[in-house]
Order: sequence, then structure tokens, then C-alpha cells
Amino acid sequence: MDDQLAISVRGLRKAYGDNVAVAGVDLDVHRGEVFALLGPNGAGKTTTVEILEGYRQRDAGEVRVLGSDPAHPDPHHRSRIGIVLQGTGEFDELTVGEVVRHFAGFYPDADDPDRVVERVGLTGKAGARTHTLSGGQKRRLDVALGIIGRPELLFLDEPTTGFDPEARHEFWDLIRDLAAAGTTIVLTTHYLDEAEALAGRVGVIAAGRLVEVAPPDRLGNRQEALATVSWRTPDGTPETARSATPTALVAELATRFGGEVPGLTVTRPTLEDVYLTMIGRR
Amino acid sequence: MTTTTRPGTPVATPARRLSAGTLALRQGRLEITQFLRSRESVVFTMGFPIIMIMIFAAIFRDEIAPGVSFTQYFVTGMIATGLMTVSFQNLGIWIPIERDRGVLKRYRGTPMPKWVWFAGKVILVVAIGLAETALLLAVSVALFDLDLPGTAARWLTFGWVSVLGITACTLCGIAISSLARTARSGSAVVTPVALVLQFISGVFFVFTNLPAWMQQVAALFPLKWMCQGLRAVFLPDSFGAHEPGGSFELGRVALVLALWCVIGLVLCLTTFRWTTKRDG
Repeated sequence: MDDQLAISVRGLRKAYGDNVAVAGVDLDVHRGEVFALLGPNGAGKTTTVEILEGYRQRDAGEVRVLGSDPAHPDPHHRSRIGIVLQGTGEFDELTVGEVVRHFAGFYPDADDPDRVVERVGLTGKAGARTHTLSGGQKRRLDVALGIIGRPELLFLDEPTTGFDPEARHEFWDLIRDLAAAGTTIVLTTHYLDEAEALAGRVGVIAAGRLVEVAPPDRLGNRQEALATVSWRTPDGTPETARSATPTALVAELATRFGGEVPGLTVTRPTLEDVYLTMIGRR
Repeated sequence: MTTTTRPGTPVATPARRLSAGTLALRQGRLEITQFLRSRESVVFTMGFPIIMIMIFAAIFRDEIAPGVSFTQYFVTGMIATGLMTVSFQNLGIWIPIERDRGVLKRYRGTPMPKWVWFAGKVILVVAIGLAETALLLAVSVALFDLDLPGTAARWLTFGWVSVLGITACTLCGIAISSLARTARSGSAVVTPVALVLQFISGVFFVFTNLPAWMQQVAALFPLKWMCQGLRAVFLPDSFGAHEPGGSFELGRVALVLALWCVIGLVLCLTTFRWTTKRDG
């Protein structure tokens, strides 16, 4: 087992009856890395992550998470990982502080509850019953419970779904803080900008298969992709050319037009274009 | 063995793991706090047996035998049904809600040993059961001249019948919680079972007045035996002769309740689910 790997997956398969949710996934996540699993709903993201978390049993394949098989974890395994689930388990009648302190008691080396509450930005709400929190605040509480045990590896399943833009950016800062402190982070998301903002590498999952794993700026060979150059001919007809050397083409056009090229644009595929192509929606 | 550097800032307190006993007590305290803060649960769980005994005392003002009031007879059924409410019904209704909300799944993702969660539920049930029974007895003594058990032996019987009964009902409540597919169906599953058992087990009627076949069906389940054991505590010894078996059959009471503890435990261990069906 490579000690530099936080997660190692080979040939992972999982079906629910006839419905194959995960159809042979291979994946390595390095220690200290922020890895995003990107994919549409129903692509197999959550199933994959829940197998890694130990919630679901796999049908086939090799899985190692921090050196343990999550289906048969050693007793200390769960104190080394933190899990932020998609559906939040609510403790309506308890306060934020009470819940965080209670969960701190489960871990051998828990962080200070007050500091964790502050870190997720809930200090002003420490004495509030959890049912009075807004959606974004509840999510912060989820994260507080995920990191209270000072995990080496943190799973975040669609952490910012339903956030307003400001809350998302604050949340991203929190994730970057955790990553800077050395926590390995695996997050699932269907927001491209989130994957691009946070992840060192992105794995795109579609129909139960990992279609590509790459840093976000190199996904789908985005950097090498042909650029699209558009302009208008003198009689006003739009013209488009795909080119590997757009600069040369623009220079040539400039010469041809003797100056400004009417309606000139040069574009490369956005992450969204690349992604939609990969998951077969374009 | 490699040493890994833990991320995060070091805390002043040295690393320590709480003992198993401490974990269980904390879990119990958390459960009790949650229960006490949900006012409806407190009022209905604690108040139901008291309201019932008041209704019964108002309807049956006579004596069931010279010197023994109907209240003295029916209080046994109310205690038993109260114990069943806090354990079987309470857990059978609440666990599906907690499962549906993902509370159980969240616990499962922590290093908390599984049994600690069950221990928390047991502590909750025992604490409410004690409080509720004490309240019921106090009200019955104050308003309806209930005679409390007069000998240590009777108190001892009261103790073991209650403990065995509440244990069996707790385990069955946890087991039946897995039948409910959604949060809302918990009460639909549990309430009819509880109600039917109450009618056929001698909670609302004098047990020996029920049809024989009904008595035999009731004898398969714990509530009838809890009531019978408690009658041995609250009624004169001579009443034993009126029981279907010709005596209070305390040995059989212990046996049947213990058997239900085993059945409940096996069902819990084999069927308990931490996640909902749609969670896979």
C-alpha cells in the first residue's frame, strides 16, 4: 500500500438490482490533495463516496481508505475520517454548542468545540437551537461535526447546494483553510466553478464510469483544444474557423481586412463545454 | 507503524478517549435532554396513564372484591401500559423519524461504538419509565386511596417485573422500528399493535372476563404477563386463584418476559438499519 495515497480504488462496482450505479471505477487520491468528483445527478457520485465512507457495501473491486477497507474498518478508522453528508441529520431540540460538544466526545483527539464553532462561522449561534438555523447555517453545523475529530480525510457530499453566492465563497475559504492545514478533502459537486475553485484534480463521473481525471484547467485537453475564431465578411456574413494557431489566423485576417476585423471573437471551450461533452450531453 | 501528523492546531488538553461508561451516560443525558425539550412528548407520555386512571376511577367506583377497589386492579394495567408506551411505542415511533432525518446515519459516521447509541435509548426509556410510574402511583395514592405494596418481597417483584417488561418492550420497539419505511409510518405500525395488545391483555378490562381464545392470544405477548406480574404486587394473594392459571404464576411471568427479551434482542441484532431503504 502506497503510504502517499489517502484513497485507492480499483475496479469498483455497485448495482442496485438491474441498475448499475458504479461500473468499474479506478481512482487514487493523494494525501493532502483536494479532489472533486464531478458529475450529473445519478452518475454514481454519491454511491461511490458512500462506499468510500463505509455506508454502502460494494459488489466488486478493491477499496483502501487510509489503508483500511471501509467495509471492514479497524476500530480507529472512523476517528480518522470526517463525513459531511448530503441529507443532514437534525437535532431539533439541541443547541449548536451542545451538538458539537457531544460529537467531540466520540473522538480520541477532538478539536476544541468552541474553536470549531468559530471556525465555521457559527459563534453567534452557539446557543441557538439547531432548528432555528438557516439552510446555510445548518450546512456549517454539518461541517463542524465533520471536522470536530480533526480528520486526516474529509468527505463533503455536495456541500454548497442551496447556498447563496456569498455563503459559497465563505464556505470555499473554509475548505481552503482545511486543505492548507493538510487535510485531504474529497468533495462531490455538480457545480463546475466549485470544482475549478477548490480542487487540485477533478474526476468526471458519468453513467457509473470515471471518464477523466485531470486538473481542472487541463480537463478534456482544454488547453490544447482548437480555438474557435469568428468574424464577419465584408458583406456581413458570419464566418467561423477552428484553429490550433488562432494568433496566426487573426494576424492573417488583420492583413486581409487591412486593420480591424469586424465582429472578431476568439474562444476556447469553457470547462462547461468540456464537461457537457464528456458526460455526453453535447 | 508510521506516525501521521494530524492537521489542525494542537489543543491544550492531552488526547484522551472517553470510557465506554462515560460515553453511554453522555448519550443517555443527550436523549433525556431532547425528550424533555419536546414538550408534547413529555405531556402525552407522562400524562396518558394518569388521564386513563382518572377515567377508570371515575367509571368504576365500586369494589372488585370486599376491601379492594377497581382502581387497585386497574392501576396494574396502567403501570404496564405506561411502561410499554415509553419503551415500545416511543421508540417504535421516534427511531424511524431519526432514521429518516439522517440522525442515525450521522452517528454511524463517527467512531461512537454502536452499542452506545442503544444504551442512550435504554437510559432514556428507564428514566422516563421510572418518573412516569412514580407520578402515576403518587396520583393514585393521593386521589384514589391506592394501597402501595406492603412487603419488601412485593416491591422486589414490582422491580423485576418492571425491569424485565421494559427491557422486552424496549428491544421490541427498536426491532419494530425497522418495519417503518418512512418517518411517518412509524406510528401507523406501532399504534395498532399497542392498542390491540392493551385491549386483549387486561389493561382496560378484567382479564378473566375476556373470551378464552383472546386470553390465549394475549398470553403470547409480553403485556399480559407484565399486567399479571403487577397484579401479584398490588392485589391480595387470594386473587391469584382467579388468574387463568390458578395463581399469579410468577415463574412463568419471568420466563415469558425473558424469552421476549431474547426474541427482541435477536430481532434488533439481525434487522436494525442505520439508514433508510432508499439509502441502500
